[in-house]
Amino acid sequence: MPFDPLENLRDHYDVVVIGGGLGGMTAANALARAGRSVLLAEQHFKLGGLATWFRRRGGHVFDVALHGFPVGMIKSCRRYWSREIADSIVQLKDIRFDNPMFSLSTTFDRQDFTRLLIERFQVPAASVDAFFDAARNMNFYDDQSFTAGQLFEKFFPGRADIVRLLMEPITYANGSTLEDPALTYGIVFSNFMSKGVYTFQGGTDQLIKLMGRELQKSGVDVRTRCSVEKVHVDRGRVRAVTLGGKQVETKAAVSNANLLGTIFHLVGREYWDCQFVEQAEAVRLNNSSTQVYMGLKPGMLIDESQCGDLLFSSTAPEFRTGLLLSRNITSRTFSFYYPKTRPGFDRCAVVASTNANYDDWNKLPKREYEAAKQHLIEDTLNSLERYVPDIRERLDFVEAATPLTFERYTKHLGGSSFGTKFEGLAVSRAMPEQIGGLYHAGSVGIIMSGWLGAVNYGVIVANDVDAYLMKS
Amino acid sequence: MTAAEIRDAILDILHDIAPDEDLSNLKDEVPFREQLELDSMDFLDIVMELRKRYRIQIPEEEYTELSSMSSTVRYLEPRMKGI
Repeated sequence: MPFDPLENLRDHYDVVVIGGGLGGMTAANALARAGRSVLLAEQHFKLGGLATWFRRRGGHVFDVALHGFPVGMIKSCRRYWSREIADSIVQLKDIRFDNPMFSLSTTFDRQDFTRLLIERFQVPAASVDAFFDAARNMNFYDDQSFTAGQLFEKFFPGRADIVRLLMEPITYANGSTLEDPALTYGIVFSNFMSKGVYTFQGGTDQLIKLMGRELQKSGVDVRTRCSVEKVHVDRGRVRAVTLGGKQVETKAAVSNANLLGTIFHLVGREYWDCQFVEQAEAVRLNNSSTQVYMGLKPGMLIDESQCGDLLFSSTAPEFRTGLLLSRNITSRTFSFYYPKTRPGFDRCAVVASTNANYDDWNKLPKREYEAAKQHLIEDTLNSLERYVPDIRERLDFVEAATPLTFERYTKHLGGSSFGTKFEGLAVSRAMPEQIGGLYHAGSVGIIMSGWLGAVNYGVIVANDVDAYLMKS
Repeated sequence: MTAAEIRDAILDILHDIAPDEDLSNLKDEVPFREQLELDSMDFLDIVMELRKRYRIQIPEEEYTELSSMSSTVRYLEPRMKGI
């Protein structure tokens, strides 16, 4: 019998969550635990969104976004998921930089950055402290015209090397640039850099499996391969959604889909007031990414002390955010996955990531696109050879993902891998003021992005939805 | 609920939210944040738990009323009278 993702679907739910990324899953779980009937619909065949992994012939497993996230994930997972999940989160202690300005290793926390800035970069201790305190005290409502670039210039004038140390990892983590508001840097920084970089031991597959189990326990009706086509609005309120051609009544909908896709495709332009549409149209999507996945032959291990856990590698003489997006790649992040990622597994894998412009890839004719992908792979191997000299001999499998790949799997407009720029946050939050019962808990505004941002935004929105349902 | 019962209810919630914190020496007049490692997500959790357990709805602009134990109890007392 053919698989029917809509089998035994109920006619009515309190909430339908559209999209099973970390934000959608967390919102669904919180709402179900609060006693609401919840349907979680994910278009892909597995949950997780960009918190994902895939398997390839020869027994390879690749994680797309596992390395790494801030320490706050431990607390959020313990509180909104389970102790078991929280207990598997471990620190990545060897974060490396290698570029023409400096090569160093750090534990990536405030203490170690302070040490590096004073000892290696010869900055007075007082300036370092003043910078960290300023970044830490930033808030949503701060002046948005003050940029990250200006923040660095204020505390470390003329120090392009320090800008690189402090900004390059954040650019890879969330696509932000020196031209974005300083407050987005400050908020992410105080979350991310105060206590190091963490990962989930067991791999993304294990994390999502455990979360799936929790969703079942909480009573969420989880449906994968189930695409929501429409959110129906009646007299300014959510009335139903259509999925797989079937209409299901609901009092509220939480979209974990792309912000603009939610407003213009799922709902439709005619349901919003003109001013809101204008505001939404002005939201800039964040950039996309490329990744190259390299699986080593069984038993062929990379020495951890040789490469560390995360390596920010660049041959560009200076750090410029625009350069990071170029198809002429000079900078990339290598995530090294040792057997310790999945205890008991004998494989090493390396995932190289770069930021990328969707249009650079989207406009290519098919043959050129394939050639560009091949070029990306060769280029990446050449770069990795500097750290793992015999990588080509040890390699068993290699594959590349482009912005088009990200688009295909997440349905995000422009293959956006970090949601939207800062202005997206206000639009996301304002949705329920326009349409009663319609909420958005997707990656927005730089700060509500990444694994921790997604989980926490899911909780924040679940709180709003629960309050709405209690009133209605 | 009486003021003392409300205080116990809040302690119960705090215990769930911050299981590693020692609450026995909590000073009621001092803001929570000065004695406990609470962040904005924790305050949101308090709001969510109050709604879940007692159906108390606290609007976002009044979250600041929850800054210390005594201000929380003062704020909740008239709202939890019938519970």
